[in-house]
Amino acid sequence: MNEESEETMVNTTQDVAWQQTQSEAEAHLAKRRLTEKIAFGVLWAAGAVAVLVLIAVVGYVLLEGAQVIDWAFLTTRPKGGLSGEGGMSTTIVATIYLVGLTILIAAPLGVGAGIYLVEYAGEMQGTSGWQAHLISVIRFGVETLAGVPSIIFGLFGYALFVTTMKFGFSMIAAALSGACLVLPVIIRTTEEALLTVPRPYREGSLALGATQWQTNWRVVLPAAMPGIITGVVLSVGRIVSETAVFYVTLGGSYYMPPSPILHFRDFLTSGGRTMALHLYYLANDTAAFDKAMGTGAVLVVSIILINLAINYLSHRLNQSMRGEA
Amino acid sequence: MTGSEIKLETQNFDLYYGNFQALDDISLQIPANQVTAIIGPSGCGKSTFLRAFNRMNDLIPGVHTDGEISMEGENIFNMDVVALRRRVGMVFQRPNPFPKSIYDNVTYGPRVNGLRDRDKLDEIAERSLRGAALWDEVKDDLGKSGLALSGGQQQRLCIARALAVEPDVILMDEPASALDPIATLRIEELIRELKEDYTIVIVTHNMQQAGRVSDYTAFFYTDESRTGILVEFDNTKKIFTNPSDQRTEDYITGRFG
Amino acid sequence: MKLTYLVDRSIKYILLVCALLSVFILFLIAVFTLREGLEAFQTIGVGQMLSGTVWRPGQDQYGILAMILGSVLVTIGAIAIGVPFALGCAIFLAEVAPDNVRAIVRPAVELLAGIPSVVYGLVGMVVLVPMVRQIPVPGNSGYGLLSASIVLAVMILPTITNIAEDAIRAVPQSYREGAFALGSTHWQTITGVILPAARSGIIAGIILGVGRALGETMAMIMVIGNSVVLPKPLNDNPITIFLRQARTLTGNIAVEIGYATGVHESALFATGVILFMLIMLVNIAARMLMKERHA
Repeated sequence: MNEESEETMVNTTQDVAWQQTQSEAEAHLAKRRLTEKIAFGVLWAAGAVAVLVLIAVVGYVLLEGAQVIDWAFLTTRPKGGLSGEGGMSTTIVATIYLVGLTILIAAPLGVGAGIYLVEYAGEMQGTSGWQAHLISVIRFGVETLAGVPSIIFGLFGYALFVTTMKFGFSMIAAALSGACLVLPVIIRTTEEALLTVPRPYREGSLALGATQWQTNWRVVLPAAMPGIITGVVLSVGRIVSETAVFYVTLGGSYYMPPSPILHFRDFLTSGGRTMALHLYYLANDTAAFDKAMGTGAVLVVSIILINLAINYLSHRLNQSMRGEA
Repeated sequence: MTGSEIKLETQNFDLYYGNFQALDDISLQIPANQVTAIIGPSGCGKSTFLRAFNRMNDLIPGVHTDGEISMEGENIFNMDVVALRRRVGMVFQRPNPFPKSIYDNVTYGPRVNGLRDRDKLDEIAERSLRGAALWDEVKDDLGKSGLALSGGQQQRLCIARALAVEPDVILMDEPASALDPIATLRIEELIRELKEDYTIVIVTHNMQQAGRVSDYTAFFYTDESRTGILVEFDNTKKIFTNPSDQRTEDYITGRFG
Repeated sequence: MKLTYLVDRSIKYILLVCALLSVFILFLIAVFTLREGLEAFQTIGVGQMLSGTVWRPGQDQYGILAMILGSVLVTIGAIAIGVPFALGCAIFLAEVAPDNVRAIVRPAVELLAGIPSVVYGLVGMVVLVPMVRQIPVPGNSGYGLLSASIVLAVMILPTITNIAEDAIRAVPQSYREGAFALGSTHWQTITGVILPAARSGIIAGIILGVGRALGETMAMIMVIGNSVVLPKPLNDNPITIFLRQARTLTGNIAVEIGYATGVHESALFATGVILFMLIMLVNIAARMLMKERHA
């Protein structure tokens, strides 16, 4: 400390309530720095543990699963029994079918709802008529639906599609229930994608005399497509990993579902077993933990691929936005 | 700089945002217990320069510096940044009270510096609020949220908050730019009072304000390169009546900027 | 010209129908679960169901208190383990992690959210349950509330971390600068200014985590043991209640719906109604907190 600060120090002891001496301040700062170091150490540990838990779960399933996965495991059908004989071929097929059917139902409806909320409901904002109320009711519906737990969708699907409409445990019952589950996901991502489309795009098209739908179809939707596809892929992930809904609507038949192209009606009413369901049955009802791990490994790889696809798509979306800005 | 001690000094100071050079070769001396104003056209780096004194630019990724800044002869880049900021307070362009009570705002600094004694904290709160000419307006409402005050009051609360840690220097970054004329005059009055006890460096885009409150003035300038340079630093009276650089004169007389 | 206009109008209304569908589905869910559960509510009585401690469908005893307690306890356990962990991750990601570390941790947390719950359940059964079984308390099977709480803690981590991180990032930079300028360390800035300012968002994240925890089904069935007996501590130490097997409301529905008929089936729907209302309350509370933050 040089003269100048000592002088202020003398001053301040007279007319200021509180002044730390240099050494007090240094000691306290050292203590604070130590606290900070410890706290940040804990925070780093939290981040590290999150990564380690992921590596442990994924690594364990993949390593254990790799021991049973071979060509035969992937291409023979499960044969039932307490030791879970057979492979998992039909469950892969059933998963793909169910994903396809569910998306076929949910995507148009969800995208349509998203378009309405962004492109048409906007006009009504600020007005106080019944339409404005309608919009807020719709938004409440979408938000609430997103928070409904999957077993409730299952119960609902069971009551409406399986029993009341007499579809039984079937692809169509499961797909309709699953569509309800992913609908909010698709609506939200569609809305977000549409909101990123710059206003001048629309104005340019409308100014050329295009109707609103022509503008949406030719200009807005293509621009928002990567974002919409991201939402659809996200939904694919949800369906692949969902179990509770399909446990109570799809049944658990491990026979090969009929081809949707050759026998569409039979396909719709046939039961089935997705990979996630198969894992559950193996783990809970049989002693075949090795086969369950094998199924889990295929499931985890699918989910990782889907996540990579989402990251790739949103990366491309960001890039194209930056390119246009 | 006759008769004044030097509080802060920069020597050949450069600052870069990544590859972009924002400040080039700034050397000047800030006298103690005086008000030094930094003026110049927008984008000339005057706020960036101010934020160098308490190393606020450390928070921005990609910033690096060359040259030296010293406080009472000690290089600030060798000091613990927390200890530095404890001695070099700052008031920002927009009032930024924490979403806490007035009392908690004012005593935040002493408390993070380790003071727990309630009586002393009370005393500091009163003293700082008096120092910032806010005490009479809020003394019955210390529990009220700082955000519930008017803009001018919020800025004085931020000044009180800075005073409470008893710094040597107070940096003010266009402290009145978000305020109405009456609130501005109160802040200016306050600045003149505060220089009794503190060294004050103020960035302002308002030349009349610089003329009213400051003892010394630094004129910063930039051309198309957007790199800020120091054109002239002198007694405020001299800068405003008889600048030695043509660019300073052009700016003062409003020919550009 | 006239035709294009007509097409334009009709498409608008078709899209409106799509948008209304969510509300309609919500309405159908409410109607169907309520209608199916009505028989149980009438024959058993709401009070009787909620307070009854015995679930024995064969003897027409339908008390779900044990399942309510199971759901509540496992959620408390998951929150106790998961919240500090999730908040640590959120603060780490928002304030501390350098960009290159963030680029690893962020996707890892996202992938944690994507892993199917049956996979968590399986790993829980094969790895976690044998580990918990090592705790030397008589009657501890490894399956039970503790294993379920740990699995659930990992599953709700991404929900809480994401929302809390967003809330922390939304704190104005000016608060940060103000705190730093007064000589706070970074940690003091976080605890003294940033976390208090982000409080409502963080609480909303925790509440949504609670919602997820209450709704989780398959992973719970796989590790919790599914006992319908009212959970009690295994010995004098009350904490040993977490080593007890239990059943959640969700598990109760999923395990029995496939073969239940009559009042039994209706009682499962009634369980669903209660679960649904519980989760709606939780979600509405979270949404109100989020709105308050935006206002």
